[in-house]
Amino acid sequence: MSERLIPTPSQTVGPFFHFGLERAEWSDLARSGTPGERIAIEGRILDGDGAPVADAFLELWQADAAGRYSHPDDPRFDETQGSGFLGFGRVFTDGDGAFRFLTIRPGPVAGLGNSLQAPHIAVAVFARGLLKQLYTRIYFADEPANESDPVLGSIEDMSQRNTLLAVRREETEIPVYRFDIVLQGPEETAFFDL
Amino acid sequence: MRVKVRPFARNGEGRRLPYFYPGYGSTVKRAPKNRLIPLDHTLSEVTGPVFWSGPDTADLTKGHGGAPLGERVILAGRVLDEDRRPVAKTLIELWQCNAAGRYRHPVDQHDAPLDPNFDGFGQVVTGEGGEYRFLTIKPGAYPWRNTYNSWRPAHVHLAIAGPAFATRLITQMYFPGDPLLAFDPIFQSVSDPAARERLVARYDPELSEAEWALGYRFDIVLRGREETPVENG
Repeated sequence: MSERLIPTPSQTVGPFFHFGLERAEWSDLARSGTPGERIAIEGRILDGDGAPVADAFLELWQADAAGRYSHPDDPRFDETQGSGFLGFGRVFTDGDGAFRFLTIRPGPVAGLGNSLQAPHIAVAVFARGLLKQLYTRIYFADEPANESDPVLGSIEDMSQRNTLLAVRREETEIPVYRFDIVLQGPEETAFFDL
Repeated sequence: MRVKVRPFARNGEGRRLPYFYPGYGSTVKRAPKNRLIPLDHTLSEVTGPVFWSGPDTADLTKGHGGAPLGERVILAGRVLDEDRRPVAKTLIELWQCNAAGRYRHPVDQHDAPLDPNFDGFGQVVTGEGGEYRFLTIKPGAYPWRNTYNSWRPAHVHLAIAGPAFATRLITQMYFPGDPLLAFDPIFQSVSDPAARERLVARYDPELSEAEWALGYRFDIVLRGREETPVENG
């Protein structure tokens, strides 16, 4: 067997990416009208001084309301066909470091061994000043299944674990979950080594 | 439901890239201080967006009243994984500044002209063999406020989706022989010289088209899989 190739390293997205990457429709993951509870998720990205990160974007990846990924490696992939739900999104911060995207609340998905993972959205953070993306996850603070989630359970520090919980607020149109991302400092978000 | 998941490899040089790298000043307040939390890949990490549609905009030189200024270049190559398997039907997005070193972006205030015939972005989906090809113009170098008199080497930004959320790669492609590479902290943040070379395209006379455009070949290598599947369920 031949030797493995060296993977291409990451390089920062820099500050000037909007014109190349912005797709307004990608900030609504449920634009196809897929079944599920429609929600909004909003928050801010802050740096180590608490200053807003205005040149950042998030990429989002999630299962549908039944916990199925629109990907051939999901054993229930066939059932997802025809719904139009891709489960992928991209959203940019504004001058205040704020972002907001629309989606449906995902269902629980298979975890390692016999476990089930609580509903979550996988997040990749890109920004000027990040040589490579940061990975985190959005969980829902009002979700009982969080108690037995193996990934949340692997984070011993409770305050660090709590950085992954989006908190619900009822609004007139649709429920809004708040999820801030702090890149550095005492309130630093839990980031994962994938 | 039990499901077998094949995790992605963790041995790539790109994974050893630091977050805190003071030579690139913007990292100082944006790099996390806590250790990253190890996460064994689950279905959530080994899946990702793979269904791409939309216009193929591989020719960045057209769509305007006239031709953009600058040196016309063909950028082509293949997307592979570490085990040389082609990555088919994956999205590549490209963005760059113009030949004078100016981005079409409101925050870019560099005193160089915009080119009315050049926007500087495009996208393609790779073919069955992982191949892709763009026609564009060579971007210029430009100054940035990292340290006094800092200049970025000419580069093209590339975003490659890959087969899974864990393989997502955003990188920059540089041109061979650029004297600015030796001074660029973003390029130099990759400590292994062999991995750094992955970021430099190769001039390819076979790819050049006579009386028309210079050809540069740039293969992109994504993370491969681990040998052993693990069960999820």
